[in-house]
Amino acid sequence: MDGWLADLVAKYNYWIYVVLMMIGFYAMIRKNNLVKKLIGMNIFQTAIILFFISTGAKKGGGIPIVDKEQALAGAVQAADIVNPLPHVLMLTAIVVSVSVTGVALATMLKIYKEYGSIDEDQILERVKSDEP
Amino acid sequence: MNHNLPILVLTFPLLAAFAVNLLGKISKKHVAPWTLASLAMSSVASFFVLVDVLENGTFTYTVGGWLPPYGVQLVLDPLSALMLVLVSWVALIATFSALPSIKKEMPGREHLFFSLYLILICGMMGLVITGDAFNLYVLLEITSITTYGLIAMGRGRAPLSSFNYIVMGTVGACFYLLGVGYLYLITGTLNMADIARLLPPFYESPTAATAFCFLMVGLWIKMAFFPLHGWLPNAYTHAPAGASVLIAPLMTKVTVYLMIRIIFSVFSPYYAFLAHSQIQTLIVWAAVIAIISASLIALSQRNLVKMLTYVVIAEVGYMVGGVWLGNIHGLTGAIFHIVNDALMTLCFFLVSSAILYRLGSARFEDLHQLFRKMPLTLGVLVVGALSVVGVPPTCGFFSKWYLLLGGIEAGHYGFVAALIFSSLVNAVLFFRVLEIAFSSGKGVEPHGAGIAGRAEAPPLMIPSLLIVAFVLLAIGINAGSFLSHVIRVAVPSL
Repeated sequence: MDGWLADLVAKYNYWIYVVLMMIGFYAMIRKNNLVKKLIGMNIFQTAIILFFISTGAKKGGGIPIVDKEQALAGAVQAADIVNPLPHVLMLTAIVVSVSVTGVALATMLKIYKEYGSIDEDQILERVKSDEP
Repeated sequence: MNHNLPILVLTFPLLAAFAVNLLGKISKKHVAPWTLASLAMSSVASFFVLVDVLENGTFTYTVGGWLPPYGVQLVLDPLSALMLVLVSWVALIATFSALPSIKKEMPGREHLFFSLYLILICGMMGLVITGDAFNLYVLLEITSITTYGLIAMGRGRAPLSSFNYIVMGTVGACFYLLGVGYLYLITGTLNMADIARLLPPFYESPTAATAFCFLMVGLWIKMAFFPLHGWLPNAYTHAPAGASVLIAPLMTKVTVYLMIRIIFSVFSPYYAFLAHSQIQTLIVWAAVIAIISASLIALSQRNLVKMLTYVVIAEVGYMVGGVWLGNIHGLTGAIFHIVNDALMTLCFFLVSSAILYRLGSARFEDLHQLFRKMPLTLGVLVVGALSVVGVPPTCGFFSKWYLLLGGIEAGHYGFVAALIFSSLVNAVLFFRVLEIAFSSGKGVEPHGAGIAGRAEAPPLMIPSLLIVAFVLLAIGINAGSFLSHVIRVAVPSL
């Protein structure tokens, strides 16, 4: 039991990422409201951002802005600074997720104009009644 | 050779996308020449890239002078150069059909449609030649976001279908990104060749297995591998005809290519096929189920376009199964089938968009007596149908032959049976469509002038229809030399 708990605490950031991901998944599958589905999707994407940022973290690591002269002289230890690459990757992933959200919201506006609702059940009813 | 040629192939449509958007605001006359000219230039350039790669072997292009593993690298081996040619030529032919149908479907908004259209093509070209795992994610999302937009431009149910696609597509892309994250955790690099170099010591580790699973499932969602196909039929049916004529032939095929890339360039055939042989068999069985179920669902459709989308899903099963058979014949068949299926799907969607242009509907009950009205269009459909059934000398026969050989060599008779079953179902599907097109329909009064008059596809669509029918036959007739000079060279070594 002790080992299990210690494991959980030591890697709590990864557990939070999994939990967040499952919350997002639940919202995407279960919620009928399209806006809630979209929020679920955003939570899902945020979970992955947390995962990546966690991989770059180091205990006691400083900010990865270093003096050029020192770095060239080999005075900077990689262990002293956090890994900046995952942060950079996640900047791109945030841009992607913002664009996807934008497109999804625009699409949702068109759905609302077409069916007068953003509730999935009501929309499906309208779709069924429209088709012969 | 000119070493900037690969990046030029991508640059033409990207720059033309901006030109089309800005100049199209002033006058819609600018849209068609810019779109066609840029695609024609990249088609020619991509052809020279392929010729060069076939003669001189693989080469890599370092974007912006940032050396790998830090910079993004474009890898042009015979397979990716072949895909580059396929994407650019299919896009060029599809554009001839998209121009008139979009002009009719959304007058006044052509410039918006075609700027997205060109960015999508640029994204797909980037996808096939990139050598960087994270860059691949970005390009995957560029193609997906433009596809969402293009589909949502349709009328009626299109935005709803697009929204479902957005949710599913994002989950797929996120899974892919997670897979890349796990690979980065153990190798500390994002360059595919570098990952492949550093990964072998970790083949036993569960992290590598997790990464592999996430990458595969992510790509399967994107390629609509049954049962992850839920988003595809509605999205492709309700999209504007000019959008689905580009998206349907290329998107799924490019993603199958990406799966081959991940298996062979990031992991190794040993890891995918030999280290976990039970899983390999399981995936081929999944492909068998995919082929059979999608074929059966296609039988129950009463709309030509929707039926075609299920044929596309069944064909994805062919290619995934062919790759995962894990022998040289299956892989040759799968790669040959990527080319053939892109052309066959292009043929079908060209035909369906010509029919939609004239009739405004592709439901079976509206197709009666279509042979009198559009004989040429349906003639092309016959060629495509023969190819998808697998009748020689059309090209569909040869790729299916290799897939069958692969199935027999692997001793996987379920796959062989599924292929034969699906060919028979395809024969029934297309025979039924042609029968309806010949018949006058029970109890339906002829609509007089509408049916008596011939109303062939609009003039811009006819050359594209003829070209694709010609290519289907030409590849079939020259299958021997095409196989030995292009496909066999492109097949990665097992």
